[in-house]
Amino acid sequence: MNKTDALIIGAGPTGLFTAHQLKLIGLDCHIVDNLDKIGGQCIELYPDKPIYDIPAIPECSGKELIDYLIKQIKPFDIKFHLSERVEQVKKEKDHWIVKTNNETTFLTPNIIIAGGVGSFEPRKFTLKECEKFENKSVFYSIKDKNIFEGKTVSIFGGGDSALDWAIELSKNSKVNLIHRRDDFRGAQATVDKVKELAKSGKINLLTKYQISDVKGSEKLESIDIKYDEKETKNLKTDFVLGFFGLIMQLGPIANWGLNIDKKTIEVDTEKFETNQKGIYAIGDICNYPGKLKLILSGFHEGALAARACFKLARPNEKYRFEFTTSSKTIKKRLGVKSD
Amino acid sequence: MPKINYIEHNGKLHKIEVANGLSVMEGAVQNDIPGIDADCGGSMACATCHVYVKEEWFDKLEKKEDGEEDMLDMAYEPNKFSRLSCQLIVTDKLDGLEVTIPKKQA
Ligand SMILES: Cc1cc2nc3c(=O)[nH]c(=O)nc-3n(C[C@H](O)[C@H](O)[C@H](O)COP(=O)(O)OP(=O)(O)OC[C@H]3O[C@@H](n4cnc5c(N)ncnc54)[C@H](O)[C@@H]3O)c2cc1C
Ligand code: FES
Repeated sequence: MNKTDALIIGAGPTGLFTAHQLKLIGLDCHIVDNLDKIGGQCIELYPDKPIYDIPAIPECSGKELIDYLIKQIKPFDIKFHLSERVEQVKKEKDHWIVKTNNETTFLTPNIIIAGGVGSFEPRKFTLKECEKFENKSVFYSIKDKNIFEGKTVSIFGGGDSALDWAIELSKNSKVNLIHRRDDFRGAQATVDKVKELAKSGKINLLTKYQISDVKGSEKLESIDIKYDEKETKNLKTDFVLGFFGLIMQLGPIANWGLNIDKKTIEVDTEKFETNQKGIYAIGDICNYPGKLKLILSGFHEGALAARACFKLARPNEKYRFEFTTSSKTIKKRLGVKSD
Repeated sequence: MPKINYIEHNGKLHKIEVANGLSVMEGAVQNDIPGIDADCGGSMACATCHVYVKEEWFDKLEKKEDGEEDMLDMAYEPNKFSRLSCQLIVTDKLDGLEVTIPKKQA
């Protein structure tokens, strides 16, 4: 069990800056994120796109912003738990017990939800029948590529993941690559390589097709694919892989007894506390009159929520307002010399 | 003000006045029309604002910009009349536009 002053859910820009705020005022924290990397939407959805409205930074890309935020918290020892989704939140006396899908548990008086629009999860096939085979013969990510050796694999998608895996698996498996249109959004060099492999018969390329049925009782046997919304074709296959990127899903947060409206959590604007004492919501996921879904708003909300955490984490101490420029205590925490 | 016809997948029609300059997505979100999630707030990064445009309207719309077709790859059951409603800006010319909302967005 990890004991901590505050648990932050979400390693997007809001969660990262809030960790900094907590550490400045002398509280420790852990951060959990379902993504395998730090940075939330900025890193997952637009790492290379420019942002122009971060105070004092005229222009930076999504990735640069996250790099700066990570650099800013470098002086502190903050434990990240990536590729883990927070599932359960339970009250025990005046603390919360928090559990992830990997069974990591936390005991904390404060939970800060900086969950954006929800956790990033793979987009799945829309066919209900696919669920039956999920993680047996239908996959959305690959953990062990050896299981495909000598088998027939049907890969769906038009981005880099689909193309890269089609190339890789074509070495030892029979690969069908199926995409809804003729154009691919993957890198040009990868697209060229796929077309070359298709020409030499190493990849069976089927464009303008979409999945329309999966067949098999115990084991997956074949799939139907439909051409241009017209005729269908049956393909024998052992495995189906879908690479349609990630989608944000509110998921377990909906079950924690919070006031949720349109995927956002209601908070007050003093502490950014939810209807549950000791649970705060900040950044894109919170909602109050006038809320703007901007990175800069998340920073402000985090600064106030961090102060609120102090009260519950240090009930017998008094919080003192101090500037980073002049406070000896803060400088000590940052590991910088004070003059 | 131009009127936009939003049809839910079950056939329920919402005839909504949407001001010029707003997107078809914003028109839906501001009027609580179910089925348009718009998770990314209109930045063409989520495909949860996907709609099917009625055939006769499809060619009257501004052409897709770079990136929209890529994003549609990730939408729920896209077809040749699919568009991202955050990219459709309402003008007088779109008065009467009819869009159908997919059964789900994810
Ligand atoms: C294309 C695009 C361009 C944008 N441009 C700008 C701009 O120019 N200026 C601006 O201010 N804003 C911009 N934004 C918006 C900005 O990115 C968001 O406001 C910001 O990312 C919100 O940060 P956040 O930390 O609150 O949430 P997010 O960045 O969404 O991060 C939330 C994290 O929480 C994780 N999470 C959620 N639930 C769980 C759970 N149960 N367990 C574990 N982890 C969980 C998610 O996996 C995610 O990584 C843009 C957004 C997009 C998509
Ligand atoms: S709102 Fe996200 S793509 Fe349109």
